[in-house]
Amino acid sequence: MTTFKALSMCAVLAALTSLAVAVPLPQAAAQKPHDAQAVPATPLVLPRFRFENFTTANGLPDNHVYSVLVDGNRIWAGTDNGLGLYENGKWKTYTTADGLAHRAVLSLALDKRTGDVWAGTMGGLSRISGGRIDSFTQLTSGLSNDVVYGVSVEGENVWIATAAGGCKLNTRTMQWSLYNERNTPMIEIWVYGVSAAPDKVYYAVWGSGLLEYTQKTGRWDKYDDPDGENEIVLFKDQGLIHEIVTSVSYVDNIVWAATYFGASRYDGRYWHNFLVKDSGLPSNFINFIKGVDARRAWFCTDKGLAYYDGVNWAVYAPSLKNGKPEMTVRDAAGKVTQVAVTSAPAHNYVLGIDFQGDDIWVATAKGLSHGIRTQ
Amino acid sequence: MQIRLGAGFAVAAAALLLCTSWKCGQVRAAAQPNTKIAEDYASPLEMLFSPDGARLYVLCQQSEEVRVLDAAGFSVIKKIAVGHVPRGIFLSPKGDRLFVTNSWDDTLSVIDTRTLAVIATWQVGAEPSGVVENRTGTRLFVANRISSDVAVLDAQSGEEVGRLVAGRGASYLTLSPDGGRIYVTHVYPNPPRVLTDRDNRIAPESEITVIDAARAVVVDRMPLPAIAGVFHLAFSADGRLGAVAEYHPKNLVPLAHLEHGGIFAYTLTIFGADVGQPVEVPLDELERYAARPFGVAIAPDKLRIYVSCGGSEMVAVIDVPKLMRFIHAHPHSRPVSFARDLAASANYVVAHIPVGHDPRGIALSRDGSKLFVANRLDDTISVIETRTNRVTSTIALAGPKMVSPIRNGEQTFYTARYGFQGQIGCANCHIDSTFDGIQWNLEPDGFGRNIVDNKLIEGIKDTAPYKWNGGNPNIPTECGPRTEKYFWRSENYDDLTLADLSIYIRSLPPRPNRWRQANGQLTPAQERGKTIFERAVDKFQKPIPESNRCSYCHSGPNGTNHKLFDVGTRRPNDNTNMLKSSQLTNIALTAPYLHDGSAHTLEEIWTVFNPDDKHGRTNDLTKDELNDLIEYLKTR
Repeated sequence: MTTFKALSMCAVLAALTSLAVAVPLPQAAAQKPHDAQAVPATPLVLPRFRFENFTTANGLPDNHVYSVLVDGNRIWAGTDNGLGLYENGKWKTYTTADGLAHRAVLSLALDKRTGDVWAGTMGGLSRISGGRIDSFTQLTSGLSNDVVYGVSVEGENVWIATAAGGCKLNTRTMQWSLYNERNTPMIEIWVYGVSAAPDKVYYAVWGSGLLEYTQKTGRWDKYDDPDGENEIVLFKDQGLIHEIVTSVSYVDNIVWAATYFGASRYDGRYWHNFLVKDSGLPSNFINFIKGVDARRAWFCTDKGLAYYDGVNWAVYAPSLKNGKPEMTVRDAAGKVTQVAVTSAPAHNYVLGIDFQGDDIWVATAKGLSHGIRTQ
Repeated sequence: MQIRLGAGFAVAAAALLLCTSWKCGQVRAAAQPNTKIAEDYASPLEMLFSPDGARLYVLCQQSEEVRVLDAAGFSVIKKIAVGHVPRGIFLSPKGDRLFVTNSWDDTLSVIDTRTLAVIATWQVGAEPSGVVENRTGTRLFVANRISSDVAVLDAQSGEEVGRLVAGRGASYLTLSPDGGRIYVTHVYPNPPRVLTDRDNRIAPESEITVIDAARAVVVDRMPLPAIAGVFHLAFSADGRLGAVAEYHPKNLVPLAHLEHGGIFAYTLTIFGADVGQPVEVPLDELERYAARPFGVAIAPDKLRIYVSCGGSEMVAVIDVPKLMRFIHAHPHSRPVSFARDLAASANYVVAHIPVGHDPRGIALSRDGSKLFVANRLDDTISVIETRTNRVTSTIALAGPKMVSPIRNGEQTFYTARYGFQGQIGCANCHIDSTFDGIQWNLEPDGFGRNIVDNKLIEGIKDTAPYKWNGGNPNIPTECGPRTEKYFWRSENYDDLTLADLSIYIRSLPPRPNRWRQANGQLTPAQERGKTIFERAVDKFQKPIPESNRCSYCHSGPNGTNHKLFDVGTRRPNDNTNMLKSSQLTNIALTAPYLHDGSAHTLEEIWTVFNPDDKHGRTNDLTKDELNDLIEYLKTR
């Protein structure tokens, strides 16, 4: 207990001084604690950004941005009206006339081995390769459903989350494998997100918890809310926070899971859940989650973009009251501080994020935001 | 000098074969699946000079070897056995290793040029064709024709480190002179990118896939509008001029238009800094077509481009300054085509040099004074003096002196001499004796009527009747009167030639099926699909009528019971609803599907074109069950 207090004090002190300390974000050589609460962030660092926002006024295909993907110096934006590519200061838009499966691009993933981009849309899955788009739909291919909420590339496999189960496309053999209630523990088949790694693949299932696939053994496991489908939390940190899982991110052997009723972190043995009432989350309604490493993660909520460094929180959003830019910091002791900022993401309804060095790119309901790291 | 096998013997043999075949349903196949098509001929396909010009490496497809010739006297230094049906050859930039792709083995042979021995054989993708190594000797790139991609290999270990999506039928690779880019060309057109219900009535389109050799990623795709088969590509030494040989089919008009300006244009797309925007220029002249252009070479001084034309059995010589004047006299800001202008080539094609049967790979001597042409179906190499544009000698590769019936049939298959004005031959649409991925309007019954998709012809010997409507009872009828009347509109085959052509086609074995496991076992998904294929009751336990079971119409080793059925796919422009149950041999390769190519994929046969379960009982299947059925069909 004494140790915990001491650590907390350290964290508070650090929080007071660290907002001006610049530390790389995703590329930082982060330690990998398996229990985020046991290891404080030392020194406490919460990044600050200058946000530059893109809308249709400066070339974005549509202001409703579902997804964003960083590919070196190129930025892909999945919008409600086409796929935008930002390169050399200009936007190029890909549409169904170019072969895109549907105008609404919900998810994006990069095959780092080939440079191909995979886009999940409301009308199928598209592959963008060297400027050519090939699309796969439920009628023209083995894809289980045209509504593709999530996509993730691992090795030669593309893992896909659809409104009718999960899929895997082997890009070498072009063989499709479908995962649904008939061959997995999935109860509902409305799959919202997927995160694939060489050892595990996780599916975020809307109303059916978190599905885990072990690549080596082919075994499926399922993680559920121990409270069942109730929107209450009887047993916090004893399991997944809620059955309605909207997004999952598996990084450094840690699962970060988002739901519409809070978020969870799972290290393979212990769960830790995050709710507004006991964390820095601005909302329990979380659209998207992306882990930086085992300790840090970003949360895309309906009330702003939240960052968690393992101890402290920061929320970036235009004020819900007056629209003015806000950055809200919550330290380990629960102390909330407002930091003066001059810019914020384009909108508080945040749908996606990706990293570009120390910078972030944020998909929102009213534009795409480039968070340029200032401190 | 080859002579034809004793004519009397050949006639007798052919008659015996044909009689045996069509009367009794059995025939002595000249070749069995997974064996060499014929044992004796060399069939030179590609050639390379060693960096010092002292050796000529000749890739012999039929004898499955590399013949190493002394470039001074063209004596054979060594014959190096490689794998099954070799197709591509590349000499490492250092000149120390020779790489050969073996298209039916799915392997790559690595030959030490010092010892002239195969030092490694590496597994690669499905039907490897072109191969290049980057300048640093760290990576190999292999074009895979069936999987339509380019494998990236560690050049020392052969380990595959990536696969890059290419166009359909990726086959030929060219390293740019500066070593920075790799250009990929493709023998089949790409599937249409934007799907409509009239996809079988749009012009094909291909591409040149451009790979960054250092990063091993695709950085560009040069569109080739209206182009289907694309073959070799060459650069000038300074890298400022590129030329690629290609077919420009005119498949939207009836084949009867062979008499009205051609059903194919044979063209080069010229590109690079010297040109600006790419421009497509024809090689043809009226009554002097350049059928099936294949090999391309640009002279070291950039004054000439040489193109081997397999169907026309000649080499076309292009005067580059004249070509440039022609191009620059027609300024354009976008890619442009002169493919339909039969008067254009007179401005820049300055010679047509007759060579042997089916000339393919070409190679220039280092000083550009001599051009070597591999006459695939003669087992010879023509040596052309480029100053005079004359064949000065012909190198005979050791092989049979007599032309067997199959060889004669193959020569007939690949030549364009029987077509009206020498415009086309069988191999135009059956590229390398396969298919072309194009839908054609064959019959003279009006525009847009009875559109048919081109079929794979490997392994068809026991699949009569022929045509989608089963209208031709045997191959001689299919290839004789029908072809002569509707296709060639010109010279008829004599009986002997028709017999040999039929024997050749009957001899074509199916290539190895890449979806079958090496151990012969079906995967779990394939096994489930097989159960669906063979089922006699549907999921509601209702009996499926015999004529509506997959396994009834597509029975037997070839997947056909040879009968006609109405599967509900008749279009308003079709004359009949009765179609022969199509064989399933290597069906995974031959998209699009159905008689008119209206189904882009196997899935669409049932998800789009089988609403009433007339093409088999399938509408009770779930999506994953349909996927299983398709996984099984791919193994056929």
